[in-house]
Amino acid sequence: MPISWDVALGVHPLALELRAHRAEILSSNVANEDTPHYKAKDFDFDSIMRSAIDQQENLTLRRTHTRHIAGPGVGASPLELKYRVPHTPALDGNTVDIELERAEFMTNSLNYATTLRFLDGKFKSLNKAIKGQ
Amino acid sequence: MALMGVFDVAASGLSAQNVRLNTVASNLANAESVSSSIAQTYRARVPVFQAILENEHGRVSRRYGSEGLSKVEVAAIVESPAPVRKEYRPDHPLADPQGYVYFPNVNVMEQMADMIAASSSYRANVEMAMTARELLLRTLELGR
Repeated sequence: MPISWDVALGVHPLALELRAHRAEILSSNVANEDTPHYKAKDFDFDSIMRSAIDQQENLTLRRTHTRHIAGPGVGASPLELKYRVPHTPALDGNTVDIELERAEFMTNSLNYATTLRFLDGKFKSLNKAIKGQ
Repeated sequence: MALMGVFDVAASGLSAQNVRLNTVASNLANAESVSSSIAQTYRARVPVFQAILENEHGRVSRRYGSEGLSKVEVAAIVESPAPVRKEYRPDHPLADPQGYVYFPNVNVMEQMADMIAASSSYRANVEMAMTARELLLRTLELGR
């Protein structure tokens, strides 16, 4: 059985990478809690994960130029950051809702730990298969 | 490791909030520093925060670059434009010829509130760094 890492580990390495990047973006929001005119950013994990999986599974066209038009099967720009819509806009133009950001950061950390656990299981079962015991 | 960015960002937040706490401390310490002229009176200092956007060239090794990462820095420390308080105290040793002394434009209530806000922001940054540390340590344990 030839072992291909992509097949053996599934989507988890990608999910881990995305979670780590989301942690960075959320931490930027928390650090800029008091920065005037700072707009809180985030990305939609679901849609980015889905398009990444599509890219892995289907044959995709490679864009050799940044101005090539993206279509089905053509990977869109890797990350599309969006601005959060504030519940209570502040007078100084800052849109960071600190409670929301901290909760999101915590959830994201938990999800990161979960993905780690899945990956760990994959490695353990690979180990078992190699040792045969 | 992408999570390393959290440490950079949290550290920038910590140092910015630290500057803010320092200005609060000096404002509170000087809240009663009277003087005999408007020009010499202490004025409340206010830090101005600003976001630094990481550019893409900084880290090319990562799939998603450092898009969206923004640290915070203290762009400037400005003096509050609020008017200084003038009081008639002819018996005060620092009184001017008309008998007035000038108090700094430090609003103690405002400074106390600012101090609490700064310390809670500081705590949020510390917690973030600790969470990132724990996750990284767990990542290192992967496959053990």
